[in-house]
Amino acid sequence: MLETITDVLFLKDHNTRVVVISVMLLGVSSGIIGAFLLLRKRSLMGDVLSHATLPGIGIAFILMTLMGFSGKWLPGLLLGAAISGIVGLLTMLAIRSTTRLRDDAAMGFVLSVFFGLGVAVLGMVQKMPGANAAGLESFIYGKTASMVFQDALLIGGVALVTSIVAILLKKEFTLICFDDGYASSQGWPVVLLDVVMLALVTAVTVIGLQAVGLILIIAFLIIPATAARFWTHRLDYMLLLSALIGALSGWLGAAFSGIFSNMPAGAIIVVVAASIFLISMFFGTARGVVPRLRDQARLKRRVGRQHLLRAAFEILEKQPGPITNVPVSRASLFAHRTWSPREFGRFMARAFAEDHLEPSAPDTVLLSESGFGEAARITRNHRLWELYLIRHADVAASHVDRDADMVEHILGAEIVRKLEQELGPEIGIPQSPHRI
Amino acid sequence: MSWTIFDTWIAVTGMLCAISCAIPGSFLVLRKMSMMGDAISHAVLPGLAIAFFATGARDSFPMFIGAAVVGILTALFTQWISRFGQVDRGAAMGIVFTTLFAIGLILIVRAADHVDLDPGCVLYGAIELTPLDMVSFGPFELPRAAAVNGATLLVNLAIVILLFKELRLSSFDPALADTLGFSSGFIHYLLMTMVAVTTVAAFESVGSIIVIAMLIVPAATALLITRRLIPMLFIAAAVGAASSWIGHFMAIRIPPLFGVSDTTSSGMMAFAAGLLFTLAWIFAPHEGLVAQFLRARGKENRIPESTTQSPLR
Repeated sequence: MLETITDVLFLKDHNTRVVVISVMLLGVSSGIIGAFLLLRKRSLMGDVLSHATLPGIGIAFILMTLMGFSGKWLPGLLLGAAISGIVGLLTMLAIRSTTRLRDDAAMGFVLSVFFGLGVAVLGMVQKMPGANAAGLESFIYGKTASMVFQDALLIGGVALVTSIVAILLKKEFTLICFDDGYASSQGWPVVLLDVVMLALVTAVTVIGLQAVGLILIIAFLIIPATAARFWTHRLDYMLLLSALIGALSGWLGAAFSGIFSNMPAGAIIVVVAASIFLISMFFGTARGVVPRLRDQARLKRRVGRQHLLRAAFEILEKQPGPITNVPVSRASLFAHRTWSPREFGRFMARAFAEDHLEPSAPDTVLLSESGFGEAARITRNHRLWELYLIRHADVAASHVDRDADMVEHILGAEIVRKLEQELGPEIGIPQSPHRI
Repeated sequence: MSWTIFDTWIAVTGMLCAISCAIPGSFLVLRKMSMMGDAISHAVLPGLAIAFFATGARDSFPMFIGAAVVGILTALFTQWISRFGQVDRGAAMGIVFTTLFAIGLILIVRAADHVDLDPGCVLYGAIELTPLDMVSFGPFELPRAAAVNGATLLVNLAIVILLFKELRLSSFDPALADTLGFSSGFIHYLLMTMVAVTTVAAFESVGSIIVIAMLIVPAATALLITRRLIPMLFIAAAVGAASSWIGHFMAIRIPPLFGVSDTTSSGMMAFAAGLLFTLAWIFAPHEGLVAQFLRARGKENRIPESTTQSPLR
């Protein structure tokens, strides 16, 4: 058993090797093109195109049979599929530009009507006298395992060409993905580029039909790109990662289906890709859920600490005479801001742990030496920012507290230095511009 | 081939299904979620498979429950991924339904060794066979599929009539709906449940392609003709009903021209809906291509007047 696994994973067998390599190439090209589709917010285009190819397959079969050839000649079927995919694509673009229906309705229209026509045409094909249509359904579910060498070569070749075209057009595609208005104002042919992009999608979809099936090629176009997006904010890395994830899921999926003979390869590929997606969604370093929640919690803690220390400092300020560090009662601290008892308790506990506060008499706390310095610094930053807003942004003194609160927690040292320069030589802690 | 009572029943079943899809479909199109029907109809496959494993029989009711549950889960998962993962909604939908479909396919293929559960026949219930499976209500006898779709239609109608105001408001302005105190989230999931149940009920009896088409195309057609919600619902229902009759007529009349006896009615019904959409696209009173063309020509003649105004304010 183990030997079979390693044999398949490392492509010892010639037949598997060809199949696996072509599926991997398909993963690479759909990963790259899918990334552009995702950024253009057209992920479901693969869905639309794969359904729109069906009438073309049926009509190509009929024409080839009527002309006396075998109806199942693969390049002919793929050509028919590509033509009807492109007709569907143009219909969609026409609906979008001449009616007030949105993308989603235009896509749904093309998908369902073309697929309906396809079902009707295939219904006729099946009853056609003298035509052997058995096996046409394999387009819907894919038949990776029974791919022959020529098929694999065709699939790999088309995948390679589409990847190269997409990479050559990277600059143009990037432009229309991020700012198509700017692109058209700069004189780029946005519609033409859109058509080229979607033609590449059509090509990938059509060859993918054969390899992984009509419905699962959709996954190949969407999942690697979406998974890659969680790891990076840079397009180049995203393209690379997306291609890698596509290739990896193709490799593992095709290999697994080689090991367990009774598994549909397309489905296994999708499940592998979906697992990678789930991991990326939770742990992706750039946009993953866990890192984001961690950052949010961290920021919330920081804001809470700054609020607590500033509250303590402002209470000390209110005492007559120069500011001295005397004990502050918990009750007055709690009353200084609106916070819930639980929140307050949590912030207090953290401040004790960080040694900013220390308990003194029962029900009072004292700022520690480091806490006092920190509180003075925080209060000063807040006041500087308030003064800046009043002086340069015309914010009313009575409103400035809240506005300052929205940014002061993320002020860096550099900005504080600029604020100091801007506001003149006030080095100490400015008076509060409003009643505390 | 001549029209028989069989054909009437097929068209009636298709019509009931089309109308019961057109009603939630209108709200889907207005909420820019047209692809949801497509997603749900693919995603329910594992629900069918699991219900089959649990009961060990191809009984419709457990399968219906399983599919409806997975349909609602599809909507939930899509919402979660797009909210927590900050993923584009279309992409989230694509991920969810392809993955569920793949899982369903694996389950079914694993089972197919022992039993007769063919993904093809699970996905494409056949509308042509509906008159063969009749049930009787007192003196009336009608196809089971017609009864199922008729019941779905009644439920959908009841929901829309009872919650019309809420559905309308939360479709056009969810934020206002929330501030007025009825949860747009609840309405959203109610609509998703409606779509899931309608989809499953329909495709189990008549095939998935009718459902996907009738959720979107009649509503999109109606949206080209009117800008008001109530007329839109009526037009969508009418377009759905008409495409069912026209579609079945085409299915038995066109293939003989090519020397074939007949073809799949469900596919032709979807195609007929597409033809009606194309008519509306060209001839719609205010927004059709003809009207747009005439208006554009009218404007051309008036250009000299408008040039007196500065284009920049």
